[in-house]
Amino acid sequence: MLPAAAAPRVRRRDDVRVPNPFTHRQSATCVPSTLSTTSPASNPPRDPESPTSNRGWASWVSPQGCVAHHVLDEIAASFGIIGHLAPCHCNGRVPCVLFTFSGKFYNCRYGPKIEKLNEVVTTGVLKNLENFLLKCLVAVLSYGPMPKHVAFIMDGNRRYAKFRSIQQGTGHRVGFSALISNLVRCNDMGVKYVTVYAFSIDNFKRDPSEVQFLMELMEEKINELLNNQSVIYKMNCKINFWGNLDLLCEPVRLAAQQVMASTAGNTGLVFSVCMPYNSTSEIVNAVNEVCAERREVLQRDHAGRCNGQAANNGMHSEISVADLDCHMYSAGCPEPDIVIRTSGETRLSNFLLWQTTYSHLQNPDTLWPEFSFRHLIWAILQYQRVYPYLVQSRKLAKKQL
Amino acid sequence: MLSNFLSRTIHRTRLPDYRLQAGTDAAVAPPDALAQSGIRPESLPRHVAVVPDGNRRWAQARGLLTPDGHEVGRRALEHTMEVDYLMGMIERTIRENVDEYERRENGIRVHVIGDPSRWPESLQKTAREAEEKTRNNSKLHLMLATCYSGRWELVQACRALAHKVQGNLLRPEDIDESMLAGELQTSAAAGEFSCPDLVIRTSGEQRLSNFLLWQSAYSELYFTDTLWPDFGEAEYLQALSSFQSRERRFGQRTA
Repeated sequence: MLPAAAAPRVRRRDDVRVPNPFTHRQSATCVPSTLSTTSPASNPPRDPESPTSNRGWASWVSPQGCVAHHVLDEIAASFGIIGHLAPCHCNGRVPCVLFTFSGKFYNCRYGPKIEKLNEVVTTGVLKNLENFLLKCLVAVLSYGPMPKHVAFIMDGNRRYAKFRSIQQGTGHRVGFSALISNLVRCNDMGVKYVTVYAFSIDNFKRDPSEVQFLMELMEEKINELLNNQSVIYKMNCKINFWGNLDLLCEPVRLAAQQVMASTAGNTGLVFSVCMPYNSTSEIVNAVNEVCAERREVLQRDHAGRCNGQAANNGMHSEISVADLDCHMYSAGCPEPDIVIRTSGETRLSNFLLWQTTYSHLQNPDTLWPEFSFRHLIWAILQYQRVYPYLVQSRKLAKKQL
Repeated sequence: MLSNFLSRTIHRTRLPDYRLQAGTDAAVAPPDALAQSGIRPESLPRHVAVVPDGNRRWAQARGLLTPDGHEVGRRALEHTMEVDYLMGMIERTIRENVDEYERRENGIRVHVIGDPSRWPESLQKTAREAEEKTRNNSKLHLMLATCYSGRWELVQACRALAHKVQGNLLRPEDIDESMLAGELQTSAAAGEFSCPDLVIRTSGEQRLSNFLLWQSAYSELYFTDTLWPDFGEAEYLQALSSFQSRERRFGQRTA
């Protein structure tokens, strides 16, 4: 007799043992070993001789033998869907085939486990197939113009947590995992620069407990990035922190400076994290530096004249757009091709105002933790559609400057 | 896409023949239209900026642009001719409407912002006269951005501050956001209302193109596929309705 229909549950990638409310016993491992993403501490040690060891196809088999269950979940996971909507009758025994491609998550009454950041163990036939299909998709997309620089305003973490009745902090953690997976996807698609709006200077006015939590989360994640095994190092990623770092508390500031120093020589994707950042502060900072620089030049000239040296003829070029460009935090990076703000809000909120003059602005309704590969593909397709107009605008702008 | 933009702060924006509607109160939309569309009058945006894009596409769609002459030369000539035409049109628009603005009590005050060194002499004269004649009006401010660029505006402000620094009137480290904002042309025109609450861009293009770069930091952006000549009261009410459905947080949490 099958257990009664249950409310749908979300299975996280790193669920190892999930209590089943209907049988009141621990269900067996429902996660195939190919989806194991957690640190060794949260995964039980595996016996190489057991059927669940990591041996290619055999690794798909849970102790209860539910192959189809996990095959379908892998396909769903590759589309950014974690979990399935049907009640988990099987406990690993009966395949559950009901799932959608909507990417919608349901409330998990047990609370999702915190996502870990380490790279997914890429083994298994289906994983290889997934990688092959992704490469084909990227090759097809690459026939059109591909963006070099994508900027994200990662909005919607708190709403994600609210809709799922989970703690707000968990929403931010899931958002961070989404960030890493999108970074990997951007790297796969040949995007050279990724910029994210992690924390605004205005966000300091939020509830102090939320700000404290965010600072601790940032410190934790930055320290994880310093780990040589992290995804960032595998991509040979260079990390920049744009913003007024003096406003950060010391541990976060030191961690950020350490990451910048240790990745300064990397030649892969350039990942710029704006925190704590305001575009207006960036422009004021650039104006300060330009004015200070001009004053120094004048003082040097004046000192030179007083010492009887040949004076500069007194003509200095007027301050120009290029002067301010050099003093922006983004000096050396090209302007963003696409700016994506998730959660449907249509405003820039003081993000890269100077740099997004000719960027294509997009505002999908998806919340940031749900922003997955298919949303990225759609964003690039929209960019390719309007690319001729963007190029024309940039050419005209260059003529006029 | 040229560097000429028109920023209008009037609520009624239909301009089929590039003339403002005469004889109507252009400052406020009829109350019944607002009530019918469900828009709350108490939370209307105080400053609306418009990028009126799509005129060429509108004309092309109606077969009003005729290709003529050698392809390359035609394009270069078209660009220059189009710039001159637009300058002339802006000048005519200002001249034809300024008398009406001046006649109305506490009516519309005209500001023309942008790089005046790129305007023809006649436009410079017309702009100065219009600003002078409507100087005492205070009901509604109409800012026409001509040869305007947000980056250019910031560079001008930076130059002004650099001169003050070089004259030892100011130290570089004293420059802050409010000081820089005070040097912008829009601050001189609109004061505390220089930041638009709503920026509308027609013709489906989703970018800011250097328009009110500093001022639109927290503005709600509204993109519509309607081409500018077809943008009328109904489309404007839709934009207002979209504005009112948004939750503006300014980086902070809602109360």
